[in-house]
Amino acid sequence: MKKFVQRVLPLAFLLSLVLLMSGCGKQSLSEQNVLKTDQASNAITWGVKADTRLFGLMNIKTSQIEGFDIDMAKAITKQILGKDGKAKFIQVTSSTRIPMLKNGNIDAIIATMTISPERAKQVDFSKPYFNAGQAILVKKGSKIKNIRDLNYKGAKVLAVQGSTSAINVAKFAPKASVLELSDYAQAFTALKSGQGDALTTDNGILYGMSLESPNYVVVGGAFTKEPYGIAVNKGQKPMTKAVDQAVSNMKKSGEYQRLLNKWFGKVPGFSEGGN
Amino acid sequence: MLSILVNHWPELWSGLLFTLGSSVLALIGSLIVGTVFAFLEISERKWVRIIGRIYVEIFRNIPLLVITMFFYVVIPMLFANVNGFTAGTIGLTIYTSAFIAETVRAGIEAVDLGQMEAARSNGLSYLQAMVHIVFPQAIKITIPPLGNQFINLVKNSSVLAFVAGFDLMYQGNLIASTTFDTSNTYLAVGLLYLVLTLPLSYFMRYLEKKWA
Amino acid sequence: MANFIQAYSWLNIRYLLEGLWITVEISAVSIVFSFIIGGLLGLLRYVNIKYLSALVGFVIDIIRNLPLLLILFFTFFGLPNIGIKPDAITAAIFAMTVFESAMVAEIIRSGIKAVDPGQMEAARSNGMSYRQTMQHIILPQAIKKMIPPLVSQFVSLIKDTSLATIIMLPELMYHAQIIYGQNTNFVLPMFLALAVLYFIVCYALSWLSRVLDRRMGA
Repeated sequence: MKKFVQRVLPLAFLLSLVLLMSGCGKQSLSEQNVLKTDQASNAITWGVKADTRLFGLMNIKTSQIEGFDIDMAKAITKQILGKDGKAKFIQVTSSTRIPMLKNGNIDAIIATMTISPERAKQVDFSKPYFNAGQAILVKKGSKIKNIRDLNYKGAKVLAVQGSTSAINVAKFAPKASVLELSDYAQAFTALKSGQGDALTTDNGILYGMSLESPNYVVVGGAFTKEPYGIAVNKGQKPMTKAVDQAVSNMKKSGEYQRLLNKWFGKVPGFSEGGN
Repeated sequence: MLSILVNHWPELWSGLLFTLGSSVLALIGSLIVGTVFAFLEISERKWVRIIGRIYVEIFRNIPLLVITMFFYVVIPMLFANVNGFTAGTIGLTIYTSAFIAETVRAGIEAVDLGQMEAARSNGLSYLQAMVHIVFPQAIKITIPPLGNQFINLVKNSSVLAFVAGFDLMYQGNLIASTTFDTSNTYLAVGLLYLVLTLPLSYFMRYLEKKWA
Repeated sequence: MANFIQAYSWLNIRYLLEGLWITVEISAVSIVFSFIIGGLLGLLRYVNIKYLSALVGFVIDIIRNLPLLLILFFTFFGLPNIGIKPDAITAAIFAMTVFESAMVAEIIRSGIKAVDPGQMEAARSNGMSYRQTMQHIILPQAIKKMIPPLVSQFVSLIKDTSLATIIMLPELMYHAQIIYGQNTNFVLPMFLALAVLYFIVCYALSWLSRVLDRRMGA
């Protein structure tokens, strides 16, 4: 009996601890006004990518992240907080960015994030700041000039698993077969080694690949509309509004166009596409 | 926690099966590979021993994650496309085989060869001596560490989450990122890991005590 | 071949070494913490204080049977849900310490237990106190028994720091990923570099322990 009690007691204790923890698990962190706390601390913490060329890429020499997203974040911070406002950057990935925003590690996400209805259930989006869309990357001099040229039997299109790219290929080039690889690096290597006729994903990502290997170019422009937006926690209307206002001011003053030219001006095949 | 278990049971259950499947496959694979290298390690030829030793030392001193990512990222670049489950299970197999090689080697070295001769001289046939004397001892020596290796495999198979291997950890991350009830999701996932590992762990301890 | 030369530019190597330094730092801090905490817990479990030892033992068993990755996720993504927001470094050290302490505690407990219980009685009947026996007879033998499993546990700890790449801790693995993210040709060279660097650190630790072991034995 004694032994039984000795065994069961800790179990009961632990169980009650777990229940206690799950009881307070729903406490919301986003009750406070992010804009106000940022104004008080004179800094905005942004979640950014560090592995995406043109948008957010770690510069190994300086240990600084550089890219269009980074410059946008800096400019928006200055618009909201004034000249002395500081933009802090925390690196995120596609799978960690929403949890980190929800948890309050970051105040906003600017990380090649497509505005989608599914995501809009979880976060609030600003107005689009980059007109991304699905496009194709081919070898320079290829006969394929746009997605419809791939609509023949035997055409092989490379895509990345878990994205909607494959579905869109089926829509625009139903006769082509799609080979899905696990990430961008693999997909690009597959294209280089001739395992496919074209690689399809967001134009923003493809421009980066084209810049890395100028023998490959983006052709035909975007054939879907999947614009990038800045994400803020739900219920942070003042912050969302401030971000929208900042972007619109930047567009009026020409600063937005200047940043766009700075990062995409030299990219072969970068079509205006409304950007 | 309960609501996560109830609402997301299909995903968690499938994750549990993938975790178990990967662990069992890797256990079988690493038993085979590990035993081969154990015999290399006790070979009479020096250079064969060295090959065995190098294999074991290399894979015991490199993180499982590096080995797994290698199979996931590098192999497709050179040869064929592999999915996360396959890459993860191959990585687990190679990593664990180095530890199993050590276990098996110790097991072989521990069973006294004189016992076989003694049994034979007492009139037992080779088969009888093997079945009644040597084999039971070998099992007693190798089963507990192998059981512990299997527990390690179940825990280590969580690296499949890095390579989209559809295991329990991967499903847990998906649920956490859709429900945002992170603390409860991970508690639920932890509970399911414990269902796999804790009973086995206590059973191994019981065996060790009994056979000591 | 050109890929390798390009990949191992001084800039990239320096960046990898910066990551390696973080790996070593995080490992060292976690080893010290988990040695102290694990040692105390192991003793607490061994001495058998009513209820408390059983409770400690049960918690240790639970933690030991969970994947470290899960504990890491829970620390970094789960705790903020209840109001605690650790940064990547704190979360990594905390999760490693929790997990490794439990592993160390078990090693310590079974190490002491493995020393013949008859020795305690013999020493006591020779007039030594419990503390004296522990200090002069049991522990020195037990510690000798514990060193090999402790060292391989700490080698595991160093290897396990690579898991923290998922919470974007800027350690060796993460830095390697950043480098090959910039140029897909660098993937193979980076994996080779990772294998070599981890091997050197881990092997150095086991080598060091063997040298110490020989010195103590002599």
